[in-house]
Amino acid sequence: MNLDQIITAPSPWLKPGGPQGDIVLSTRVRLARNVAGRPFLARMSPDDQQEFEQVLKDAVSKAVDEDAFAWFDLDGLSEMDRQCLVERHLVSREHAAAEGPRAVAVSPDQHVAVMTNEEDHLRLQVYAVGLQLEEAWTEADALDDRIEAQVSYAYSPTLGYLTACPTNVGTGMRASVMLHLPALVLTRQIEKVFNAVSRLRLAVRGIYGEGTQAVGDMYQISNQASLGRSERDILNNLASVIPQIIEYEQQARRVLVGESSTALDDRIHRSWALLTHARTISSEETLTLLSAVRLGIHLGRIDGVDIGAVNDLFLMTRRGHIQRIRGAELGEAERDHARADYIRQRLDGHG
Amino acid sequence: MLCQRCKKQQATVHLTEIVNNEKRERHLCEDCAREEGVVLKAQVNLQDVLSGMLEAHQAAGEETGLTCPDCGMTYGEFRHQGRLGCPHDYEVFAEPLQEVLEKVHGGTEHLGKMPKHSGADQRAQRELMQLRRDLQQAVQREDYEEAARLRDLIQEKESGR
Repeated sequence: MNLDQIITAPSPWLKPGGPQGDIVLSTRVRLARNVAGRPFLARMSPDDQQEFEQVLKDAVSKAVDEDAFAWFDLDGLSEMDRQCLVERHLVSREHAAAEGPRAVAVSPDQHVAVMTNEEDHLRLQVYAVGLQLEEAWTEADALDDRIEAQVSYAYSPTLGYLTACPTNVGTGMRASVMLHLPALVLTRQIEKVFNAVSRLRLAVRGIYGEGTQAVGDMYQISNQASLGRSERDILNNLASVIPQIIEYEQQARRVLVGESSTALDDRIHRSWALLTHARTISSEETLTLLSAVRLGIHLGRIDGVDIGAVNDLFLMTRRGHIQRIRGAELGEAERDHARADYIRQRLDGHG
Repeated sequence: MLCQRCKKQQATVHLTEIVNNEKRERHLCEDCAREEGVVLKAQVNLQDVLSGMLEAHQAAGEETGLTCPDCGMTYGEFRHQGRLGCPHDYEVFAEPLQEVLEKVHGGTEHLGKMPKHSGADQRAQRELMQLRRDLQQAVQREDYEEAARLRDLIQEKESGR
């Protein structure tokens, strides 16, 4: 599996049809692990990191289906390719921007990725479509066991898995759920969700852009605390909160349909018209329009549009991907042009 | 638009509530919003919180003068960077870290998963770190006999876990 195949394949966290798939795009469980008897990366010499990188790769390779997983050395990739891996959530922004030997192992369908020499020695992540906390955790847990059969982890009975940053110590786990909440944004209630959620030691952030009104209305909710509670407790906390947010979003959708259906339909169909006719379009505008169309599909206000194609465009129109599709580094104006062309081509014959 | 509550200041906080499926909009100035308990900045960056807390520890940290014998990290350096140097730092900085952990996590004791092959206790982990440092020094002074001995010892300890 090479990078071209990775970048043209659909991403596991955008496939439609998962549990609660109209609102929950995906679930992710990430585990931070460090190898015993080694300093964290900040205190490792470049030579040691070089040697250690191979130790980590060997351990991970033995823990996964070695022939099926693909390794990508971040150091050997162009900025554009690293950007694509970030957009696919296969590596973190920090991992992409760092220096020195570091890599990521990716499963064939991209739902499992293991980063080496990130902030911690190892970062394992498992994605599942829709709301599937239990499934994602079970798989991450098993992979963790298999890696731990190869290397000893830095672990303390009182503090748990020891991590470079104390915000991850304990379980080393970050469980997150990615939600599409356009109706809560349109009815201006999203702040309330933030307030309620932050009291439960959960964090909310926009997937695209910063601030409370994230571009494309995509939000990620994850546990903030990793120490002082078990993995089970962390998952249960999320599992009890997420359905309430889903219910709140559904309620807001009903209000939109009931109280302002003309305005809603206008927004959806204008968005569709722009997406299918624009000749140049920014990444931000694209996300905003896609969000409205996605809402329209799930509310049955627009016919004949493939939700898979719309979900896919959230990813394929990002800066790195659009350049990769064109096979060249492009300036901003060229990107906006290429993006509009690509969107029209993908949505041709729909609607 | 003027604040609906005090009717004096400009309304900058716009709230929408849905009560019994009816939408209600309210427009308040920041002062009134705060008085009504509306949290204005819900987005909190964990890293900022941590840095803030570590800053608050500044005085304490400098007084402690704690330095990890394994990796050489001082508490001051950690405070500045927000990242620890090695697993042993958790023991060396245990006291000042206690409050940080309590604030970040609301708990200070691990209740989660335990590694299945947890043979490597912390003492053994430290021993390995020490051996690796000795090895590095042996290589630097070109004492290859000693380096070979240390390498074998490290391998033995790693596989005998």
